[in-house]
Amino acid sequence: MTDRVLLHTEKIDKSYDGVHALRGVNFDLRAGEVHALVGENGAGKSTLIKIITGAVTPDAGRIELEGEAVTNNSPRVAKALGIAAIYQQPALFPELTVAENIALGLEDTSAWRRIDWKRRRQRAVELLEKIGAKITADEDAGNLSMPQQQLVEIARALGANARILILDEPTASLSDEEIQSLFRVIRQLRDRGVGIIYISHRLEELSAIADRVTVLRDGAVVGTRQVNEIDRPELISMMVGRELSAVFPKQQCDPGAVVLELGGVGSRDNGLNDINLSVRAGEIVGLAGLVGAGRTELARTLFGLQPADAGEIVLDGKLVQIRNPAQAIEHRIACVPEDRRHHGVILDMSISANVTLASLKRLAQWGGFDFERERAMTADYVRRFAIKTPSIFNSVSTLSGGNQQKVALSRWLATNTAVLILDEPTQGIDVGAKAEIHALMSELAAQGMAILMISSELPEILGMSDRIAVMRDGTIAGILNRTEATQEKILALALGHEVGELGS
Amino acid sequence: MSGLTTSRFKLSRYKRELAAALAYLVLLLVVAVAAPSFFNIANLRDLAMNNAAILIIAVGMTLVILIGEIDISVGSQFAVCTVAAGWLAKAGVPLVLVAPCVVLVGAAMGAVGGSLIAWLRMPSIVVTLALMVMWRDALRWITEGAWIQNLPANFQWFGLRQASGQFLIMTIGLLLLAGFAWALRNLRAGRSIYAVGSDAEAARLAGIEPPRIVFAVFVLIGALVGLAATLNAVRFSIVPSNAGIGLELKAIAAVVVGGTLITGGRGTLFGTLVGVALLGTIGVALTFVGINPFWEKAIQGAIILAALGSDVALGRFSRLPIGDFRLRTEDAK
Repeated sequence: MTDRVLLHTEKIDKSYDGVHALRGVNFDLRAGEVHALVGENGAGKSTLIKIITGAVTPDAGRIELEGEAVTNNSPRVAKALGIAAIYQQPALFPELTVAENIALGLEDTSAWRRIDWKRRRQRAVELLEKIGAKITADEDAGNLSMPQQQLVEIARALGANARILILDEPTASLSDEEIQSLFRVIRQLRDRGVGIIYISHRLEELSAIADRVTVLRDGAVVGTRQVNEIDRPELISMMVGRELSAVFPKQQCDPGAVVLELGGVGSRDNGLNDINLSVRAGEIVGLAGLVGAGRTELARTLFGLQPADAGEIVLDGKLVQIRNPAQAIEHRIACVPEDRRHHGVILDMSISANVTLASLKRLAQWGGFDFERERAMTADYVRRFAIKTPSIFNSVSTLSGGNQQKVALSRWLATNTAVLILDEPTQGIDVGAKAEIHALMSELAAQGMAILMISSELPEILGMSDRIAVMRDGTIAGILNRTEATQEKILALALGHEVGELGS
Repeated sequence: MSGLTTSRFKLSRYKRELAAALAYLVLLLVVAVAAPSFFNIANLRDLAMNNAAILIIAVGMTLVILIGEIDISVGSQFAVCTVAAGWLAKAGVPLVLVAPCVVLVGAAMGAVGGSLIAWLRMPSIVVTLALMVMWRDALRWITEGAWIQNLPANFQWFGLRQASGQFLIMTIGLLLLAGFAWALRNLRAGRSIYAVGSDAEAARLAGIEPPRIVFAVFVLIGALVGLAATLNAVRFSIVPSNAGIGLELKAIAAVVVGGTLITGGRGTLFGTLVGVALLGTIGVALTFVGINPFWEKAIQGAIILAALGSDVALGRFSRLPIGDFRLRTEDAK
């Protein structure tokens, strides 16, 4: 790392409708450093990024690039200056090939220019090689996995000679192995003198990848520190402005009768086979494993999205068939999917309509819709879960990620759910809201719900689960009790080592 | 949390419908000043009669557009249903049975398209384009273009006096509108229609079965076309074999002008009523004000564009731009 300052923002101010999104933000990025930017949702990280990339104009303040003031910033200007941003959801065109996608950001865009296909392909291959990505340039971008798509975006940024690379939650949906290879690429770029702004909710990653960290809270900079001089509790208290007594408040409780029992369940389309697992009332069973181990597929099978073709699903002692989500819901199984923003809630509909969407049968008979009850139900959940909104009729798209997730959960609490499947319930959610959702899960379990929780965050799995089922290659590799589980044991099962092999 | 709003009705949620209604009021006001003779009973009655069928079909079209689909075969369905009404009456089927039979014919045609769209997942615009051509040419082939004459004497106006017949048609049209508006708000199916149109996959995950909703809506619009065709046919003493040309465009235009989002999920039947009224009145109003009626279509086109313009101004398409920066960084306030 050098001390050469690449990017400097001076007293940036921005408000929307009288709400201060940023106040007097001073931020430095040096050449050849990874500078982490952390803060709860709504702390102003995204606004700051938007200002740096020119998508938003600040009300006051200056941006300097290597000592020179940037005037009339816009996405085009920022790009020309070598500022590139990569978001959580890769923004590639799925119908175009990798080479075409890379070219889109780089080539002369004049409409009448003839395309030099050979050069285009050549450049894509070189760029991909440079970051060590094993991706074919002729593949359709839509066929790539999420991490591969991210690599393509990084290659594109590299091709544009980016001096500053902004990564917004790049690891949110990656497995540990994929994260490691992404980190390798980031370190390579850093060593080449690129300044990297790294946004993440996963604080445990920071010590592995970041050099410095800046904490934002309520639009203001709380402080900038060397990563190796700060520990996690201190960082969290900087972010939330209060000490978090316990991040994972799962209470010990005595599980009741077995609610859900899987006997040799398999699904050929889903690559699942011989899954044996039981979940008791009041119990949270964590489902751990690498991405691709079949966890989401198991959730989809139980919820009837891709029905099982082998084995038995026993609910409350009765053998059941689940062919579609409507049937699953009839059997009192609920599922909050991973892709919350797309399918967990309906963004365009109001909070109240989302909360009651799965209980319409009870609210609407031929006699008419019970608006009174819908209103009371929604208001009750909004208050109980502290969903931040001025009105229960605002559309869900106006809420932050954590609050959207609370709406998604409310929907299933409103139904008389016996088995709740949660797929990555706190992915991309800030620390404060995360703790609230964890508390909510504990409360639900205490009320007797059987919860199956998929999570890629080991601390979450360890903190929240009564038992932990580790999946590998479409089946259960092992089940650990809360008391005996450790990160090492889970990883060993997930990777396919015997538990004893690693020792401890 | 204090100050949580839980009152249901909020005028600002219906901005778009109110804007269209306001435009209609302005139109009426201009006509009232420039040509007060417009407001005579006979003229208003003709206006209502000429638009009753369009209103009924536009009700169905609103549902179709709300679920994010489109049906451009309604004009051809209308022609088939009109001829069916004539044939049935001529064959001596009692008049009380003609209407239900024609509704069934319409529903059956809707079911053909609906099943292809709902379960085989074919795009509705292409399916209904094909059906539009098929129904109309099959009809031309069967009738050889001949109109149906010598209908039973009690065919026209259901054997009622003209005034009573007209009253009946108007009443049916408005009752249907009110009934569907109530159902959209108050029945589970209504809420499901909005959910499917907003996000079909999310609706499925909430236990709704989108294919069933899609199928039902297409059957419904077919049935409504059947009813509209019957009510329209009894206004005349002969039955044409080429009715309903361009009807699909009129219905879609009325729905869009009334503020229903063409991408689905948002819209109301009140808006559709305003849309039908606005587009239906403009032509007649022009004649009364003394403008060449040849301008009618051009002005209708301009109204549709103005409606879309107000959608853009109100940010109602904000979901659409793909790859837009705003889409991925929603967490910042």
